[in-house]
Amino acid sequence: MEAQFIKRFHYCLILLFWVSISFSQLPKNMVTIGEGNYIPLYGTSDKKPVTIKSFYLDIYPVTNQEYLIFLKTNSDYRKSTIKRLFANTTYLSEWKSDLNFGELNPSAPVTNISWFAAKKYCDCQGKRLASLDEWEYVAMADEKRKDARSREEFNKYILSWYEKNKTYNISVGKTFKNYWGVYDMHGLVWEWTFDFNSIFLSGESRKDKDTDKDLFCGSGSVNATDLMNYAAFMRYAFRGSIKANYTTKNLGFRCAKNISN
Amino acid sequence: MKKIIFSLITSLLILGCNSKEENKEIKDKPITDLSIYNLPEKWTNQDGEDIELKELRGKVLVMVMIYTSCKAACPRLVADMRHIEEQIPKEYKDNVQLVLVSIDPKIDTPERLKEFSIENKMIGNQWVFLRSNEENTREFAAVLAVNYKKISPIDFSHSNIISVFNAEGELSFQQEGLGVSYNKTVSKIIEEATKLE
Repeated sequence: MEAQFIKRFHYCLILLFWVSISFSQLPKNMVTIGEGNYIPLYGTSDKKPVTIKSFYLDIYPVTNQEYLIFLKTNSDYRKSTIKRLFANTTYLSEWKSDLNFGELNPSAPVTNISWFAAKKYCDCQGKRLASLDEWEYVAMADEKRKDARSREEFNKYILSWYEKNKTYNISVGKTFKNYWGVYDMHGLVWEWTFDFNSIFLSGESRKDKDTDKDLFCGSGSVNATDLMNYAAFMRYAFRGSIKANYTTKNLGFRCAKNISN
Repeated sequence: MKKIIFSLITSLLILGCNSKEENKEIKDKPITDLSIYNLPEKWTNQDGEDIELKELRGKVLVMVMIYTSCKAACPRLVADMRHIEEQIPKEYKDNVQLVLVSIDPKIDTPERLKEFSIENKMIGNQWVFLRSNEENTREFAAVLAVNYKKISPIDFSHSNIISVFNAEGELSFQQEGLGVSYNKTVSKIIEEATKLE
């Protein structure tokens, strides 16, 4: 009698398990980033936290091999065919030819990629680029905490990577797995975000509104809520210096996706 | 007309992730690599009509990105645009299109843009106000190297850049900043418009 009960119980468990799998439908190689609030280094005028809604994010940056597959069906985005409006001359500069990434590691993040190309790639997967706030939200997690920004070792780790050379040719998944199950937010390449062009640079030629002063002079009253976080500061400054058709060796991307009801 | 609609529809269908064919009519005079007419997105003007940027091809474009509820920099940018327009000699006016693109498509409906154009006395055919969705707007800003960010429910921080495009949609000049002289901008517009005579 008891044995039969246990058997039934097991059936129920298996059924429940199957149902839960078929309902959750997590996209392949993506994880769910849970909703939350945080105060970004830069960006809100009132120092209020921004709310990040739950979304899916690629576990790894997009690799050379994956990008090659995309290029096979998207001839307009090959090295020899892409329009200069969408990518400058260093686009995929280390690739041997249109469909050959040469000496590059197939499993390493694809770099020398423009914002337009990254956006198109994600579009074609039914995905999108993460917003800057979403990306930073995920990037502040270490192995155990959602927000490790105040941890000295965490910042040291990130900064020591910024000083290393040629990390762009290392296979994805070789750095740590963070709280959300995402790899390589720090350690291999920097990544495009959808609204990378929401950063303001100060300088003689671009007389933008006063927010830029706060970023670059660290006047601190408005935006630099966490000046300790020099690592994030570097990323924001970098984003502020690039244009959408720029490509560099240390800049790749990964895709995000909305969670539809 | 039917033919045009048909080719528009087919080109829309072809534009996708696996596009290999191209609209044959365009091949007669290809859009150059650096042209903004490579952007396929749809926009809506102040009269509520859908337009593609391509429809502006053949004219010199003077473009700026603004939002109508802006109280700080935009009134000055808008004034700059009006002054620039005033300085274009009559014989070139038909060759120039002044375009104001909204970075706040949620608030800036076609109706709102229309009101704004009337309030600011920008009502001739030479004035076009455009809005699209958030994604297209972000992409367009990327092309113009205009940065913007929503900093509160009603305010944006944004670059103050007026761009001049030649008849093929290639960037020819950018005026950056507020309160700068727009003489160069005007002379560039005239230079590009002269080529069309």
